[in-house]
Order: sequence, then C-alpha cells, then structure tokens
Amino acid sequence: MIGAEFESGESFVQRLDPRVKIVAVLLFSVVVAVSNRFEVLLLGLAVGLCIMLLARVPMRQLVRRLIPVNAFVLFLWIFLPFTLKGEPFFSIGPLVGSHEGLLYATRISIKSNAIMLVLIALVASTSILTLGHAMHELRVPQKIVHLFFFTYRYIHVIYREYLRSVNAMKVRGFRPRTNVHTYKTFAYLVGMLVVRSSDRAQRVHNAMLCRGFRGKLYSLRQFSMKTADVISLVVMLAIVVTMGVLEWIRMV
Amino acid sequence: MDKNGLIVDLQDVSFSYPGRAPVLDELNLSFYGGDRMGLMGPNGSGKTTLFHVIMGLLKRSSGRMDIFGRPINERQDFREVRQRIGLLFQDADDQLFSPTVLEDVAFGPLNLGKSQEEAKTIALRTLQSLGLAGFEDRITYKLSGGEKRLVSLATVMAMEPEILLLDEPTTGLDEPTEKRLVEILQGLDLSYILVSHNIDFLMKTTDFITYMSYGKISLDEEAIPHTHVHVHRHGRYDHRHNNSGPHGKKQ
Repeated sequence: MIGAEFESGESFVQRLDPRVKIVAVLLFSVVVAVSNRFEVLLLGLAVGLCIMLLARVPMRQLVRRLIPVNAFVLFLWIFLPFTLKGEPFFSIGPLVGSHEGLLYATRISIKSNAIMLVLIALVASTSILTLGHAMHELRVPQKIVHLFFFTYRYIHVIYREYLRSVNAMKVRGFRPRTNVHTYKTFAYLVGMLVVRSSDRAQRVHNAMLCRGFRGKLYSLRQFSMKTADVISLVVMLAIVVTMGVLEWIRMV
Repeated sequence: MDKNGLIVDLQDVSFSYPGRAPVLDELNLSFYGGDRMGLMGPNGSGKTTLFHVIMGLLKRSSGRMDIFGRPINERQDFREVRQRIGLLFQDADDQLFSPTVLEDVAFGPLNLGKSQEEAKTIALRTLQSLGLAGFEDRITYKLSGGEKRLVSLATVMAMEPEILLLDEPTTGLDEPTEKRLVEILQGLDLSYILVSHNIDFLMKTTDFITYMSYGKISLDEEAIPHTHVHVHRHGRYDHRHNNSGPHGKKQ
C-alpha cells in the first residue's frame, strides 16, 4: 500500500519546493541510469546517500523500501556473471563466471540503489497530494495527474473490497491449495474486483457530474520558490552536469 | 427560490434497463418549493433510479420532465439542474473522491467557476455549518462511516443547491450520528426528497411521506389506527393503557 508515514516531518528536504525535488530526482535518475563509468556511479551513490541523510528517512523505512529492489538485483548477480560472455573470472563446477558479467552486475547494483535512494527521499519527504499538485504545476498532462490522484484515493477502497472478499472466502473454509478449485476461486476474486472497480468508477464519475465536473480538476495549492529552493536546484543541477561531463569525457 | 411553486414536475416518466421490466413506469411526481418529502419503498422499486433520472445520470425512455419551470431534455439542460439540485449518494465512498476533505468540498464550487479563495471560504463555511470545523485537512479515506456521510453532505451543500435529493442517508449510521443528521436536516431552509427505509427518521425530518412501488409513486395519506405491543414487568395485570382493563375503560 502507499505509505505516507512521515510527510509531516521538518527536515530540510521536506521543506523544499516539491517541483524542485521532482525535477532534481528526474534529471539525476536519467544521468545515473545511462552512465557506465564507476567514478560517476559512485559519485551518484554518494549523492544519493547524502540526500537520503538530509531527508532524515528513518532507517526501518529505508530498509523496507530497498529490499524489493535488491531482491531483484540479487537475481542479476546470480545470472549475469554466467550469461555474459567475457574473460573467465571464477568457476563453480562447469559454470564459468565472466569478469564482464560481474562488472555489469555491480554497475546495475550501484545504479539502482543510487536512484532508489533519491526516490525514497523524495517520496518520504513529500505527501502524495503535494506530489500530484507539483506534477500539475510542472505541466504534466492532466490525465496522468488525475490517474495519480484517483489511484491514491481508491487503492485503499479496492484493497478493502479485496480484504472483504478474502474474508468471505475464509469464513466459508477456503484454503488455497494447488488445484482447479483454488485457481477458479482466485480468478473469480480478481474478476469481481475488476467488475466492482469498474462499477465504482461509474458511480464516482456520476457523483462528479452531479457536482458540475467538466473534465478539469482545480488545485487549491500554490507553490512559491524560496531562496533555499533556488540554491538547491542549482546545486543539484551542477552535480548532475558534473556527472554527465565525467561520463562524456570517457566516451570521447 | 420560488416558494410553493412547482419545481420538479414529472409526467409519465418511464425508464427501463434493456431487456427488463420498467424500473420507472409512467411515473408522475410534482414537487413544490418548500416541500420536505419522504420516499419509501421496497428495494428495487426504483427510488435511486428516479433520482438518477432527475439528475440526468440516466436517460428516461419516455415522458415529460419540467424542472424549475423549464422542460429538461438535452444534456445541456442538466448542467443547470445539477447546479441547483444536489444529490447525496448512497455510498459516501463514491461521493468523496478527493484525497482531503477540503479539496472535496471545494470541488463543486471550483467547478461552478469560483476562484480558489472563494471556493476555500465556501468549503470552510460549509464544514463549519455542519459542525465539521477542523476536518478540512483530514484524509477522506480515513474518515469513519458517519464522518464520511456528513462530509458527503457538506460536498453537496457547498454547491448551495435549492433542492436536495438524499438517497438513504441513514444507512450504516449509529444512533448519535443519525440524531445529528436529523438536527442538521431540521435546521436547513431547503426543500428535499429523502429516500429511507427508516420511518422514524422520515417522521422527524419530512412533512409527508410518499410510497413507491412497481415504478410508481403514491401519496400515503390514509391514517391507519394501530396499536403498539410493549413489554414490561407486571404487564399481566390490568393497568392504565390496557383497553380491556378497568383503568382503560375509564378513558
């Protein structure tokens, strides 16, 4: 579920203009994702760590959010060394791990963790609402912003409907097993959720029409850039450009 | 608003879902300014459908509909209807779609072309008038059932409608919240149609009750004498409110 646990804290990152944060995270992520030089990647990781520390993300929260990404990275560590051709580096029985594969897996680990760190700092320091409004201010298409808001609002409702159905199944003695009955039941469950969500969407739309909705959502929030926001943006841009230049020098 | 004037006039209005018996069957309804009307009827008798037809969410298949003295036919006509008539939905989760209460209550006024500041003021004032001051920054999905219902009412009231259509507003409410709703409705200077299965609630909040069945509305005016069975200790002995007893005969 979407957590909005510590959006109300008071760290420096939390007070920043959300538009600045979104732009900075976006540019940073793109540069880190396309870079290959270890210097650049390590710099990215260091910057990510600094931002995360500035945002004062609680440790437990951080670990909880890093686990899924690194579970995925772990699989890359298992497969990449053996599937990428290159100089042999080590061997386990008949399997030979390549030097290139190891380097590649290392790069991906650093990249994904650096990007995740800044993303966590962003999400943890900004409420979902503010993010949506900031996206709107940044001229992100209305439809995407609407989707974002509605997902936030209704994911809980749908989740509750899911729990209700699961409970209804449980109280009638349903226990998932590996058989057709189980698969059929889960298919019904998912099917009912889709049907109910679609009905709900229709009713919500009707309720909105009754209140004069004409395809436009208005925001009650106004953002203002302060000196701290401008400085942060400039610093972040400088870091991103430096990383870009370092990467580019190697390629020339 | 035109007090005592005919506001909603439905003549022979029918509605049916394809391949099924009509939900509204040549229904007639005359609703006057100042009326506070209760509407009862079994499940599936078409009460919600009637509201949705009035608001233009469902398209009637035949019949005439005049609202505020003007025939309502096109989509365009319903725009005005929806500004002047507020519909409170059965399920508050359908009505409250914004993340925070303030944004949801301000949604209607913003759609009516109010500025951000005006919309905010209206929203706060509406919340205040319903005893919901301090709710503005609450997250809508975290409200309790009763709070959701009252906030839903606020979102409708913020449009400053002339008529309210309330679809089973008491379902799922506990007694204190229901009492609060009764007080709110009694304090409103508005005409409304109230659908409910709760006769006690209707008696307190409406001036007359109509009955809907098989897609038609009938006025239930007839006074029917009836007795209430009640239970208390020593009830086997004749006493004052027992007609057969000596005390009863004295009356």
